[in-house]
Amino acid sequence: MTADGIAAERVTRSLGGRIVLDDVSIAPEAGATVGLLGPNGSGKSTLLRLLAGVLAPTTGVVTLDGERLDDVGRRSLARRIAVVEQHTDTQVPLTVLDVVRLGRIPHRRTWLPSSAEDDDAVGAALEHAGLTDKVDRRWQTLSGGERQRVQIARALAQQPRELLLDEPTNHLDIQHQFDLLNLLVGLPLTTVVALHDLNLAAMYCDRLVVLQSGKVVAAGRPEEVLTEELIERVYGVRAVVTLEPEGHPHVRFVRAGRPARSALRAE
Amino acid sequence: MSLAQLTRRSRLPLVLLGGVVALALSIALAITFGPANIEVGEVWSAVVARLGIGESGLSAIRDGIVWNLRLPRTLLAAVCGAGLAVCGAIMQSLLRNPLADPFVLGVSSGASTGAVLVVVLGAGGGVVSMSAGAFLGAVASFAFVLLLSHTLGGTTDRVVLSGVAVMQLFSALTSFVVLTSGDAETTRGVLFWLLGSLSNASWAEVGTCFAVLAATLLVCAGYARSLDAFAFGEDAAATLGVSVARTRLVLLCVTALLTAVLVSSAGAIGFVGLVLPHAARALAGPNHARLLPVTALAGAVFLVWVDTLARTVLDPQEVPVGVVTALIGVPAFVLILYRARGAR
Repeated sequence: MTADGIAAERVTRSLGGRIVLDDVSIAPEAGATVGLLGPNGSGKSTLLRLLAGVLAPTTGVVTLDGERLDDVGRRSLARRIAVVEQHTDTQVPLTVLDVVRLGRIPHRRTWLPSSAEDDDAVGAALEHAGLTDKVDRRWQTLSGGERQRVQIARALAQQPRELLLDEPTNHLDIQHQFDLLNLLVGLPLTTVVALHDLNLAAMYCDRLVVLQSGKVVAAGRPEEVLTEELIERVYGVRAVVTLEPEGHPHVRFVRAGRPARSALRAE
Repeated sequence: MSLAQLTRRSRLPLVLLGGVVALALSIALAITFGPANIEVGEVWSAVVARLGIGESGLSAIRDGIVWNLRLPRTLLAAVCGAGLAVCGAIMQSLLRNPLADPFVLGVSSGASTGAVLVVVLGAGGGVVSMSAGAFLGAVASFAFVLLLSHTLGGTTDRVVLSGVAVMQLFSALTSFVVLTSGDAETTRGVLFWLLGSLSNASWAEVGTCFAVLAATLLVCAGYARSLDAFAFGEDAAATLGVSVARTRLVLLCVTALLTAVLVSSAGAIGFVGLVLPHAARALAGPNHARLLPVTALAGAVFLVWVDTLARTVLDPQEVPVGVVTALIGVPAFVLILYRARGAR
């Protein structure tokens, strides 16, 4: 099977003797936004690191346009796939512009200064992320939401076709979570994003992949995947799932133990 | 908004030109200081005469003072200052540790152990000189650090921890050798390696150090952009297309080699490699294509003046240059960190 874009085929990965990913296959459609769901430690971050080529699978292959990542080469890979990590920080006193320019590293030749093409890509990325008025701000003075936007702008400056993000909405207030996801789904890129919030995933993703203990337990359109039965099985919590008028499912969690306690009192 | 207006790229040639002029003036001026009164003009004519253009018109003694004593010493100071500062800047970026300096890989303690072994135990049977012994010790300790950190997993924090461990080991070895078999002569020799001194500078040493410095700068300039990519860690660098393992190995090896060569000529001159990169960063920004040349020039000018101070302030006695770098370096370091705190 020669897939277009990025694909993992039956990948397994063990870390420190423990299997963190077990026989996982994923092949996002071009231009789609794929949400990775699952509890902590289910293997979301490891799968993203495998797709990024930072970590090699123990068995199985990750391919880009049908070619193994090993054979693609680091620089070519960085021109196709951009990664936004979950925790990013630096001691270096960088400005927003400095950070976004890092995204041009895979495109630049060693001894030459940056080209007009580089400057255009950086300018477009800043504009996309809504950062044009913040170029001179120091990284250390930015809020969590601003830092995520800067990292996304840096990723866009790489001019990738695939974008991988590990829980980008973590630690953001609700408004910034929506801003960020609106920005992501508006991009003409194949996006794989690990998310914690089931409702955000349902609203913004075209497809969802649910991981549990390193295995894929469900995959498909949000309304197919997010069922009451699956949420109970994977997360161990009870939920009521309804379909919103817009067509995506909505998850309402039910507080554990409540019906039992009220039943006791009634007796 | 034009991005071109925001770049400081266009100012770089001017800054570098200014730095080169400042360095040339510093060297010429520094040579005039000392017991024998020598004018800048005399320095100039002595150098010109040696290059075969024109007559010096100086007496043989004055010409000897300029050409055989002060000029090689001042040039060695410039080369050591530049080399140590650049090694410090690279270590700090590569290991993502603002406290890293050229000696973080145990090179200086290995050098002193090597020197002491030659002097005290006669290792090498008289064929190996003290500075050659220092060089071999430095290379041995660095190889040990590399091996240890590789065994422990190869990540940058392992490199730092291995360096600290090896440094302690070699310091203990040096102390042991000196305590069990040392005399006053040996102790003075050890102090030389620990505090640094440029008093034995010769043209041969200037040549060797300069050649290694030039080669190192060339390699590091090729890796300037990869070093930029390390700002957010090794994984982030890898996703920007940088070959992390190769970059780390190449840069650790060339900086350790340069440090070993410098230390075996001038001892372990402290604080230049720690403080100057921070000062240069305040001046040139974090971009390594700008930062590395500015760091080299700043380090060179700094050590030229520090050595001039060290050999004149208590004339006729010489203060070890490492003592002066620390006395100036500590307050400067505090000041830089204090200002950085305000900017955060």
